[in-house]
Amino acid sequence: MNPVLQTDTERIVIEPVTRVEGHGKVTIHRDAEGRVAQARLHIVEFRGFERFIQGRPYWEMPVAVQRLCGICPVSHHLCAAKAVDLLVGGESLTPTAEKIRRLMHYGQFFQSHALHFFHLASPDLLFGFDADPVDRNVLGVAAAHPELARQGILMRKWGQEIIQATAGKKVHGTGAIPGGVNRSLTREERDTLRAPVSHMLTWAREALELARGYTLENLPDVGHFGDFESNYLALVRADGAMDIYDGELRAIDPRGEILLQEPDSQRYLDVIAEEVRPWSYMKFPYLKPLGPEEGWYRVGPLARVNACDFIDTPEAEEARQEFKGLAGGGPVHHTMAYHWARMIELLHCAEVIQRLLDDDDLLGAELRTEGPRRRREGVGILEAPRGTLFHHYRVGDDDLVTRCNLIVSTTSNNEGMNRSVTQVAKQRMEGVDRITEGMMNEVEVAIRAYDPCLSCATHALGQMPLIVELVDEGGDVLDRRARSGGS
Amino acid sequence: MSDRVSFTIDGTRVEAFRSQSIMDAAMESGVYIPRLCHVPGLDPWGSCRVCTVKVNGRFSTACTQPAMTGLTVENDTEELNDLRRDLVEMLFVGGNHFCMSCEKSGNCELQAMGYRLGITAPLHPYLHPDRDVDASHPDIMLDHNRCILCARCVRTSRDLDGKQVFDFVNRGSDRRIAIDPGARLKDSDADVTDRALDACPVGALLRKREGFRVPVGEREYDHVAIGEEDGVDPVSDLWDES
Repeated sequence: MNPVLQTDTERIVIEPVTRVEGHGKVTIHRDAEGRVAQARLHIVEFRGFERFIQGRPYWEMPVAVQRLCGICPVSHHLCAAKAVDLLVGGESLTPTAEKIRRLMHYGQFFQSHALHFFHLASPDLLFGFDADPVDRNVLGVAAAHPELARQGILMRKWGQEIIQATAGKKVHGTGAIPGGVNRSLTREERDTLRAPVSHMLTWAREALELARGYTLENLPDVGHFGDFESNYLALVRADGAMDIYDGELRAIDPRGEILLQEPDSQRYLDVIAEEVRPWSYMKFPYLKPLGPEEGWYRVGPLARVNACDFIDTPEAEEARQEFKGLAGGGPVHHTMAYHWARMIELLHCAEVIQRLLDDDDLLGAELRTEGPRRRREGVGILEAPRGTLFHHYRVGDDDLVTRCNLIVSTTSNNEGMNRSVTQVAKQRMEGVDRITEGMMNEVEVAIRAYDPCLSCATHALGQMPLIVELVDEGGDVLDRRARSGGS
Repeated sequence: MSDRVSFTIDGTRVEAFRSQSIMDAAMESGVYIPRLCHVPGLDPWGSCRVCTVKVNGRFSTACTQPAMTGLTVENDTEELNDLRRDLVEMLFVGGNHFCMSCEKSGNCELQAMGYRLGITAPLHPYLHPDRDVDASHPDIMLDHNRCILCARCVRTSRDLDGKQVFDFVNRGSDRRIAIDPGARLKDSDADVTDRALDACPVGALLRKREGFRVPVGEREYDHVAIGEEDGVDPVSDLWDES
């Protein structure tokens, strides 16, 4: 479809979309009557990881591909490690390796969720969507709610310290290697991380209460804000419990019925396919059995809390049950409920980290499992903070990667974010004479609920069609250059 | 005639045998002269130029310049370190050195030299040369992207391993390490136990499947700058083991 506006439409551009990771823009076209004709989230940055890691050795993948992101590199690090585990006969890790990786992952979830809630989302929730942008930012939060801002910073710090202890660095570490990890914890390191656990649990409870209270108090407004029914995809443990490190792919329909559950991660391509649309660098994944029209789905905290049967930590499980009560036990579809679900996960992570830090396996010396090399191909799947993440590598006889496919969490929310943008634009901008900054921020608020990582989501190179058009003030196309897909 | 000579490096008197180079004399005396291609026990090569010093006011490579009585050697000066910074920077931009995903990171002499000389980002433009990776050998990988043409593998294979697996082909900017013309590593008698693999200062010549096993914090240069490793040269054990 031609992405350029018609001559008699008004074009509203929000660029850049702020307080998200990466670079994107929103375009909204209104016709002469002020009706929203089209609204889209465009991802304007351009990466290339799937292409340029070809020809690199497979053991480089966990360290190289994590550079996709600066906020959730641990997800890519571990997902790549899970994929290459299979190349070295490391299907079953030692208890120490498995728990060190889990600790790293839950630590990352904790810091990423804290970052999003306190630094990126809280200004909207605390001050209102249309508050003065001078105050509606993290510095405004620090001035008006200093204790909350302090907690947010210290929670992130704790998560980062967990990552550093397990991966060697707070950002872009090297802890996970094919078949295991390269270090465990010393008793001193473990005790240092354990010391602030009770504070973290308390603050996570308070953050959960803030998100819960906000959602319930504002349900008449936020309940219809960028809101729609959808399918959901998430990993669950074989017994149906929430599990963010490993499990089976489960998709549910808008009523909560299980559409599919695939226990073999290597068969993900039987479940997921991706559609390319010419106006975005981000693909549109869908459930293969349902096709692109019906099979689009959402991922992330809302999907995980909706899709699991239970959470195996007591406080988070209690919170999940109350959350599900919003929809009578079925899936909660409110886009703004992502925040509440995210804070349930924040508390769950604190509970799991507490449990892990009491486990002496973290201090073990058996770090690596390696059997005879059995495969030329490996798929790793885990839940990143923003949703289900897929890493798929094919390797030649010489150990070099010949093909890579990454389906990144934010990509799976592409359809959902676009629908939310469209809906908010229609709700707030149709028929009004003047577009205010607050209205534009409301569109961003809907996007922010998903906590998108636009850097992660635009990892492909050489496959996307590219269209550049020169448009005059009236909207007439003066010149057009197009490159077809696959070039 | 005495077989001992005496000269100064940055004003400090240094004694040496007549047959020694300025570099060897400095190393024995505990004076650090930055270097990349030089390894004790191997014939000097003089290709990296990082050990450039001023000898009686003239530029010379310390690894190839014989020690002689009465020499006045300048080493740790702003002028020379600026020159070295340029040389090392050109090694970076002339290859494809992506430290962030290189398994040699933290143990890499080029990276450590960059840190020592205060290189935060190159001022010269990247050349992004099109180079290949020879992973044909079951246990060894040669990544030409990271090679700095120091010839340490050439000399170690020849002089310590007794094999002559590596040599140079082509000239100028096309110069590169090769096995035999048209041959790949799998066609050579290179073995995973060869000391040539340990001689590589960068991540060009590697044992396969061992990357990243040493955690961050325990790597050679995680806590110590190159040249300050308690007086122990990081690669001198190449010779000791022989």
